[in-house]
Amino acid sequence: MTLWKPDPTFYPSPRDAAAAPAEKLAYVAAFDRSAQKPDALAVLDTDPASGSYGEVVGWTDLPYTGDELHHFGWNACSSALCPYAPHPHVERRYLIVPGLRSSRIYVYDTKDRISPELVKVIEAEELGKRAGYSRPHTVHCGPEGLYVSALGGYGEEGPGGIAVLDHTSFEVLGRWEVDRGPQYLAYDFWWHINHDVMVTSEWGTPSMIEDGVVGELLLGRKYGHRLHFWDLRRRRHVQELDLGDQYQMVLELRPAHDPTKKYGFAGVVTSVEDLSASIWVWYQEGSRWAVRKVVDIPAEPAAADDLPDVLKPFGAVPPLVTDIDLSVDDKHLYVSCWGTGELKQFDVSDPFTPVETGSVRLGGVVRRSAHPAAPSERLAGGPQMVEVSRDGNRVYVTNSLYGSWDDQFYPDGVGAWMAKVDTASFTLDERFFPHGDAFRGLRPHQTRLQGGDASSDSYCYP
Amino acid sequence: MTLTAVILLGAFHGINPSMGWLFAVARGLQERSRDLLLQSLPVIAFGHLASVAMVVVVVSITGSLVTSTVLSIASGVLLVGFGLYHLLAKRHFRWVGMRVSLPQLAAWSFLMSSVHGAGLMLLPVLTHLPAATEAAGAHHHGGGALTGGMVVAGVHTLAMFVTATVVALVVYEFAGLTILRRAWFNLDRMWAFALVAAGAITLATAW
Repeated sequence: MTLWKPDPTFYPSPRDAAAAPAEKLAYVAAFDRSAQKPDALAVLDTDPASGSYGEVVGWTDLPYTGDELHHFGWNACSSALCPYAPHPHVERRYLIVPGLRSSRIYVYDTKDRISPELVKVIEAEELGKRAGYSRPHTVHCGPEGLYVSALGGYGEEGPGGIAVLDHTSFEVLGRWEVDRGPQYLAYDFWWHINHDVMVTSEWGTPSMIEDGVVGELLLGRKYGHRLHFWDLRRRRHVQELDLGDQYQMVLELRPAHDPTKKYGFAGVVTSVEDLSASIWVWYQEGSRWAVRKVVDIPAEPAAADDLPDVLKPFGAVPPLVTDIDLSVDDKHLYVSCWGTGELKQFDVSDPFTPVETGSVRLGGVVRRSAHPAAPSERLAGGPQMVEVSRDGNRVYVTNSLYGSWDDQFYPDGVGAWMAKVDTASFTLDERFFPHGDAFRGLRPHQTRLQGGDASSDSYCYP
Repeated sequence: MTLTAVILLGAFHGINPSMGWLFAVARGLQERSRDLLLQSLPVIAFGHLASVAMVVVVVSITGSLVTSTVLSIASGVLLVGFGLYHLLAKRHFRWVGMRVSLPQLAAWSFLMSSVHGAGLMLLPVLTHLPAATEAAGAHHHGGGALTGGMVVAGVHTLAMFVTATVVALVVYEFAGLTILRRAWFNLDRMWAFALVAAGAITLATAW
């Protein structure tokens, strides 16, 4: 049943959303690398006034094993207020949770309960037969329904693309693309909703990623290195932008939240020329899209003995920028360097000249920086998935990248931890460090904050 | 009495954010242009008028073919059915695209008003227009029903347009859209209840 008043977590503008109350719960996707136990949604207490602050207070096991949870999203968000198809009396209530390996999509109800409850399972066959895709990944709530990107084809390597799910029944409606042009590889997507523009990025097809990063493919520059721009309304490919084939794996896309702006940030995992990572800005130049590199993060030299096999030939640790997140006010960009073990903060008030304003060290292939809450514990993994609260005051990070890749870069075990950074001081919160057994042997991946966060909502009003 | 009802219904549609003023405000905010806002509203009103006029035409043609009792019963059943559908169906109006031309905006408004059943609420009024009732069984009076109906549609749309313009300007210039979070009462659901009620009354008074 619909509500009489709009869902209180919907905000017309990013300015309004930045004034939202602080989240009290965080949902974290956690997976079992061995695929022996079910993956789970862990629920963290993020209310500093609570006695169980920083602890796992809710837990829901999935019904199957081997899903490899990764990213997930909400059934509804602030885009429900958009003027051309308003439906603000729906509830932000369900988490849409894809299994990246199993290709199942789960729907979990979060209303009036701590541990989410399963309400629907979309089998891999439904996604495959109706949309032609597998390996579902990013979820965004949008004008035509729920959009879910997928890395692979159904029973085939590719192309990957985007499937549309019904807002309310969650049935797979079909493939989103009408004309995909030259696009083949897929990963992340988001949009400039008021400009009817979709942007998509590229990682690799299932065989390129599921057993770990493949050295020959990487050095052969076969992973994704392009951005694609689409007409969101007509579902047509408009333009391809090649960053250069040395820039391997263009992953997370963070368009400006201000709907009048037409720029956004993309993170590149690594350059095969010098193992650096980079941040790029796309923007419009006349009627065409252009892209420019605005941040270079160099590799850190290291002794071969300290490096895992995959890096021994290079004598250096690549930063491996695997996630970035833009604050709702579009002023700060957070960049996780999963290889070197660092979370960076940039002031991006001028998107073309980011200024580094903060850094926190945690884990890292060689450094193994400890958390102040457990100073004697050498941490494996690094800041990976980043999520920023709507008010921009808190940043949460988790440490696992992707099962097989964790094992390559942290062969002695990636561990499991989550940390929180207070952005005003840019320091780690010593009271918030769920780690070790807190995640019951599972590895934490994406975080979603109760009521929405910096990567969950699109706004139609400036 | 009838005129008051027609004007109030127009004002009700004018207030409803889904019916157009919000789109006009959004277009204005996007380009920081009050002119664009003001330019959008008549176009939206035109689409609304077309949707309502469509109902008028159907009623006047039907009214010229059947008795007023049959017309009232058919109208009542349609209203109740349409209202119940809106209450029970989970689907909502879908449209993708913020960058629309003025003709597309008019088309959007026409579709939105039609899906909403904007003209249907005028059925009780239209079926009781003297011309419509007299027209029963007398084809040559059909034109009178059409004219009367078009006046109703015009007055209704004018009320809608004036209300929407006032709301849009107040929100754009002073109130800001944050007000949506508090004040956006689910008018569509209320509308669905009203359709059912109007249908029931039409049926009850058909005899």
